[in-house]
Amino acid sequence: MASKHQENRFAAYSTPIILAAILLALVLLVVAFGDKALARTAAETLIRVTLVVGLWIFVGNSGVISFGHAGYMAVGAYCSAWFTLRPQMKSLFLPDLPGWLLEAQWPVLPAAIAAGLLAAAVALLSGAAILRLSGIAASIATFAFLAIINTVYSNWEGVTGATSSVVGLPRYVDHWVALAWAVTAILAANIYANSASGLALRATREDEVAARASGINMYRHRLLSLVISGFFTGVSGALLGHSIGVLNPDSFYLGITFISLAMLVVGGIGSLSGAVIGVIVLSTVIELLVRAEQGFAIGSAEFALPSGSQEILIGLIMVLVLILRPSGLSAGREFKLRLKLPHKTLANEQIPSNRGEIK
Amino acid sequence: MTNFAQLFFDAASLGGLYAMAALGIALIFGVMNLVNFAHGEYIAFCVFALIVPSTDAVAVMFLGRAPAVLLVPLILVIGGMIAVASEYAVFRHLRNADPVAMMISSFALGFVIRNVLLATYGGRPKAISLWPELNTPVQIAGASVPLLQVIVILTTLLVVAALAFLLKKTRLGLEMRAAAENFTMARLLGVRANVVITGAFALSGALAAAVALIMATQTGVADVRMGGQIMLVAFIATVIGGLGSLPGAVAAGFLIGGVSVLLQAFLPLEARPFRDAFLYTLVIACLLLRPQGLFVPASAKPRV
Repeated sequence: MASKHQENRFAAYSTPIILAAILLALVLLVVAFGDKALARTAAETLIRVTLVVGLWIFVGNSGVISFGHAGYMAVGAYCSAWFTLRPQMKSLFLPDLPGWLLEAQWPVLPAAIAAGLLAAAVALLSGAAILRLSGIAASIATFAFLAIINTVYSNWEGVTGATSSVVGLPRYVDHWVALAWAVTAILAANIYANSASGLALRATREDEVAARASGINMYRHRLLSLVISGFFTGVSGALLGHSIGVLNPDSFYLGITFISLAMLVVGGIGSLSGAVIGVIVLSTVIELLVRAEQGFAIGSAEFALPSGSQEILIGLIMVLVLILRPSGLSAGREFKLRLKLPHKTLANEQIPSNRGEIK
Repeated sequence: MTNFAQLFFDAASLGGLYAMAALGIALIFGVMNLVNFAHGEYIAFCVFALIVPSTDAVAVMFLGRAPAVLLVPLILVIGGMIAVASEYAVFRHLRNADPVAMMISSFALGFVIRNVLLATYGGRPKAISLWPELNTPVQIAGASVPLLQVIVILTTLLVVAALAFLLKKTRLGLEMRAAAENFTMARLLGVRANVVITGAFALSGALAAAVALIMATQTGVADVRMGGQIMLVAFIATVIGGLGSLPGAVAAGFLIGGVSVLLQAFLPLEARPFRDAFLYTLVIACLLLRPQGLFVPASAKPRV
C-alpha cells in the first residue's frame, strides 16, 4: 500500500506543476503573438491569479466565505507604496508617516514581501477575533472588517492620502513578475492544502462536528490558513498598485471583492485548479466583453455593447454557474499527473478524478 | 444634559431605519437561511423608481410626483415585486443549495441590479426633492426635531407592531414562524413552502421600499451606493441580534443606531471621520462576547 500512497502524494504535488505550465504557456503565447495591450491584460490576469489563489487558501480549505480579503489587499498595496515611493513625494503627500518610513526607499522585492507580512499580521489580528464566530456570522464579520479598513484608509489623510489617490508608484510589475508571484502562490497553496493542517481544515469544512470529535482544533487551522492567505492577498495588492501606479482606497472595496469571489465560484471553490481556471476563464470573458463594448465588426456591420453590460453579464454568468453547476467548472477536482509505479513510466494523461483526495 | 432629547430623537430615528432594514434581512434568513446581499440594491432600486430613467445630472421626478397617498403604497408594491421577482428568477432554483452558494448568488444578483441602475441612471448622485417640507423642525421636549424623525420613529413602531400582529395572529405568520423554526418539518406538516417564501420576500421588499422612501426624503439624493452602507449595518444588526431572530434584529438595529449617534456626539473631533471604524470594531467585540448574538433563536443550535 505504500506505493499507492506515494502515487497519491505525487499526484497531489503534480497539480502546481501543471497549473504553472498552463500559466507559462499563456504568457509565452501573449509574448509571441500579442501586442502591448494584451501583455498588460496578461499581467493583470496573473495578479488576479495571485489574489484568487491567496483567497482560495482560506476560503477553499475552510469553506468560510470571506468578504474581507480586499482589506488585506489594501493593507499590502499601501504598505508597499510606503516603502517604495521617493522620500520627497512622501514628505509632500503622506507627511504623517513615521520618520524612518519617510526616509525608507526599499527595492521592490523586499517591499512586496513586507507588504505581504504586514497583511499577514493584520490577518492574524483580525482573524483571531473573527474566526471565533461560526460560518455565516464570520462571513458577515469579515464584511465589517472590510468596512473598517475602507473607513480608516479613506480618512487617514497624512498616512494614506485619504480619498485623493497616491500616485507615482514605480510600475515594475509586468507579466513576468506577476507570473513569478502567481506560481509562488500556487506552490504555497498546494503545499499548505496537502499539509496536515490543510487536510484537517478541509475535514472541518466537510463536517464541523465530526472533525471536532476527531480532535481537530478548527480555530487554529482556520487562523493559520487565514494568515498564509493574507500574505499572498497582501502581495497581490502590492502588485496591483505597482502595475497601475495609482492607489485609491475605493479600488480595494466591493468591486474587487465581487470579481475575486466570482472567479473563485465560477472556477469552483473546492479545488486549487478551480481557482486558477476561474481566473483565466473570467478574465478572458471580461477582456472579450470590454473589447465588445468598444465595438467590433461582423461583416460590414459595426456592433458595440452598451457600456456597463460587462459587469451585468459577469454577474449573470455567476448566477447561472451557481444554479447550473453549483460546485463550479472544476467541481472540486484537481489537475493531476499519475505516476504508474509498476511500469516505472510517467503517465502523461490528466485524470479528471478525485481518487485518493480527501474531499 | 440640554441636548439629551435631541440625542434621543437622533438615535431613535436612525435606529428605527436600521431596524427596518435588519427586519427585511432577518425575515428572509429565518425562512430560507439566505443572507440576502441584494437587499441594499432593492433599496436603491426603489429610490430610483421615483425618478425618470436618464443619465442626465438633473433628476426629473417620475413616480415621485404622485401624491403621498398613492406614492407610498405604489413604492411598497414595487419593492415587494422586485424582491419576489428575484426569488422567482434566482433563489427558487437554489432552494437545495447550501447557504454559502445562496449568499454568493445574492451578492451576484445585487451586483447585477446595481450595474443595471448605473447603466440606466449614470453614476453621479442626483439631487431629488421628495416631501422637502418634512425636514422642517418642530419643537418637542425642548429639542428641535425634523418632522421626518418623528415620522420615522412612529413608522418603525407601526411596522414592528404590524409585523408582530402578522406573525402572531395570521395563518401566513404562523406558517412563517413554523418555517423559520424547522423548514423541513413545517413542509411535512402542510406548510406551503412557495407561499411562505414568496410572502417573506414580498414583506422584505416592502420594508426595503419603506427604508428607501425615508432615506430619499432625509438625504435628498438618489445614489446607487446608498443601499450598500445601510445594508451592511442591517447585516450586522441581524448577526448581533442572533441570526433568524426578528425581535433580536429590531433590538440590535436600535442598539447600533444609538451607539453610532453617541459615538458621533462624544468622539473627539479628530476621530469623528473614523466613527464607522469604531462602530464596527465594537461590533466585532460584541460578537466575541456573544458569538451567537444577543437573542439566540432555538433553531440556531445545530443538531447532530
